[in-house]
Amino acid sequence: MTRSERIRETRGGGRPPAPGRRWSRSDTKGWIFVGPFLAVFALTFLSPIAYAAYLSLFRAQAFFGTTQFVGLDNYVDVFTDDKFWDGSLRVLLFFVVQVPIMLGLALVAALAIDSARLYGTSFFRLFIFLPYAVPGVVAVLMWGFMYGTNFGLAADLNDLFGTSIAPLSSNWMLASIANIVTWEFVGYNMLIFYSALRTVPGEIYEAAALDGAGAMRTVLSIKIPALRGAILIATIFSIIGTFQLFNEPNILRTLEPNVITTYYTPNLYAYNLSFGGQQYNYSATVAIVMGLLTAVIAYAVQLRGSREAMK
Amino acid sequence: MLIINGRRSRRIALVAAALTAASVLAGCGSDDGGGGGGTAADLDAALEEGGTITYWTWTPSAEAQVAAFEDQYPKVEVKLVNAGTGNDHYTKLQNAIKAGSGGPDVAQVEYKALPQFALPGDLVDLSQYGFDEFESDYTPSTWASVQAGEGLYGLPQDSGPMALFYNQQIFDEHKLEVPTTWDEYVEAARTIKKEDPSQCITNDSGDAGFTTSMIWQAGGTPFQADGENVTIDLQDEGTQKWTGVWNQLIEDELVCTIPGWTEEWYKALGDGTIASIGLGAWAPGVFEQSVPDGAGKWRVAPMPTYDGQPATAENGGSTQSVLEQSKNPALAAAFVRWLNHDEGVEPFLESGGFPATVADLQDPAFVDKKSDYFGGQQVNQVLTEAATQVVEGWQYLPYQLYADTIYGDTVGKSYQTHTALEDGLAAWQEALVKYGDEQGFSVN
Repeated sequence: MTRSERIRETRGGGRPPAPGRRWSRSDTKGWIFVGPFLAVFALTFLSPIAYAAYLSLFRAQAFFGTTQFVGLDNYVDVFTDDKFWDGSLRVLLFFVVQVPIMLGLALVAALAIDSARLYGTSFFRLFIFLPYAVPGVVAVLMWGFMYGTNFGLAADLNDLFGTSIAPLSSNWMLASIANIVTWEFVGYNMLIFYSALRTVPGEIYEAAALDGAGAMRTVLSIKIPALRGAILIATIFSIIGTFQLFNEPNILRTLEPNVITTYYTPNLYAYNLSFGGQQYNYSATVAIVMGLLTAVIAYAVQLRGSREAMK
Repeated sequence: MLIINGRRSRRIALVAAALTAASVLAGCGSDDGGGGGGTAADLDAALEEGGTITYWTWTPSAEAQVAAFEDQYPKVEVKLVNAGTGNDHYTKLQNAIKAGSGGPDVAQVEYKALPQFALPGDLVDLSQYGFDEFESDYTPSTWASVQAGEGLYGLPQDSGPMALFYNQQIFDEHKLEVPTTWDEYVEAARTIKKEDPSQCITNDSGDAGFTTSMIWQAGGTPFQADGENVTIDLQDEGTQKWTGVWNQLIEDELVCTIPGWTEEWYKALGDGTIASIGLGAWAPGVFEQSVPDGAGKWRVAPMPTYDGQPATAENGGSTQSVLEQSKNPALAAAFVRWLNHDEGVEPFLESGGFPATVADLQDPAFVDKKSDYFGGQQVNQVLTEAATQVVEGWQYLPYQLYADTIYGDTVGKSYQTHTALEDGLAAWQEALVKYGDEQGFSVN
């Protein structure tokens, strides 16, 4: 049903108003409501992107030099830049390994809390969610301290078990960052899943129970299918979060500048290019390419997700 | 359009400065001080007239200094801002310069960072106010550090002639003499490691500031800049002298890999893990503040050298500079003069600073002061002596801050794999040459 039809219907078949006038008035009303949002959105979201896109077409020299229009040269450079791909592949690896673990844990936690077999549900819910309430920077500082092999928790554990694992060494660093991120975001994703589970009507469970479905059967046939949309959303959030990985490596860099290079993740690379090297134009290019890559991957996942849903 | 506008406005500012200077010369100068240009008399006039300036710094002495200044010149208000330490500060400063406004009138700038801001024209040349005549009041090495190209871009505040800080208890424990040459130092490192593997002669996990100071001490001049022409040679004789010694420490894992300025580091300095460390003369303040457990254990000695002849380098140290962006450069320059040449030096010394001014470095009250933290040792005797032994001829890169940020990407690899530093230094050099060429220098 189109909008004008609906308007006519609510008027109870009375003489329809001149469509042109009504349209324009309701249009302006709409704009008034959307306007403030659009203004802020344009100012803080669209214009920086447009400015970055503009910057990426130039090349400026920080000393003595001039600003030159170089067309797409910066983009050509990014695609052949080993440092950029080094960082991109690292976050891709991180995504492939860390995100399934994190979402799996969040799913188990949500199902456990929803199962009504747990005492102190609200306590667990809060407890698992709590790390998300710790400011990211503080969390990383805290973990960085625990990871220390000279005085930190890692040192004590190594003493206890006679091992010599250095969480901040190059072999372990990515896993250590994954651990921090998982710790931070399991609770957040759990809440997404949990709230999706709460929307399943009680009658369905009742019907399932009458049909003789056990707890496991209920999970597999009712709860998981009901969570499909929530899992898709959480996955897309995680893709974006992973590809923008910045805080954790940036702070751990002060502890291990040799392991975490200036191009450890694409975001860190863009940051260091502009604020370390004043290569604003190239930095903008890196940011745009990374944004496009993220959008493409997120879109692919979403497309696949909605196709699954249609089956 | 930011870049182009930034450039244009800078050009306009320069033209305006030139015009103002011309009008002053023509005898019709206004006394509002705006636009730059002027003489020593203009500074006094600016102080008389008063106004407001902003000062960005992270030195602990700043608060006391600003209070004393405002007492003396009630018409002047100084807004003191701590915009962060080191790189955080420079990032904000660089952003303000790029944006064309929002920066301070006066900013703290480390000697190593000075050329990076001075060469693109972001700082005011203070020689126009007659500051050139202060040359003999400062140590030669700090005076050289505030020059860039043809200009004078600040007055030195502190200096950091390097000395060897060592933990007397550890050296006694291993019955070791304090080394005077680097060969003895490596020997001592081996002894300590052999007798107690939990201890180490020093910590070094790869620090650009330390590396450049060590090359400086060895007589190396890997960076030479003259206008647009930059020469980088991280294989020169001095550099090789240093790597010859330091490779042994890195390859045989004789040093702790605890990064500096971390909680771990302060602990390791206090609990007898680290036996010695080469730091600038500002270090006693850091020890007293952040390493309370080390009280009574630490002493100071001259840096070990390659041939036993005294020689040292600067490690750290800052100047205060006036930004080209400043709307009241005469007042800002007058503040800098007060801060680092006149009455401001006294509160600086009282709050534990190590000066760059010759008169204070020779003042018996300063030199002979006993330090309780250092077991009653007259540490300033060693440190002021070091200030006269700084090797001449050193230059930082005009983009040293950038160089420091990518140090870990390149030389850091050598530290990580415990292999010869030459490979890492070569990679550093390659990256620096590429960057310099891209940014408008001609590098070879």
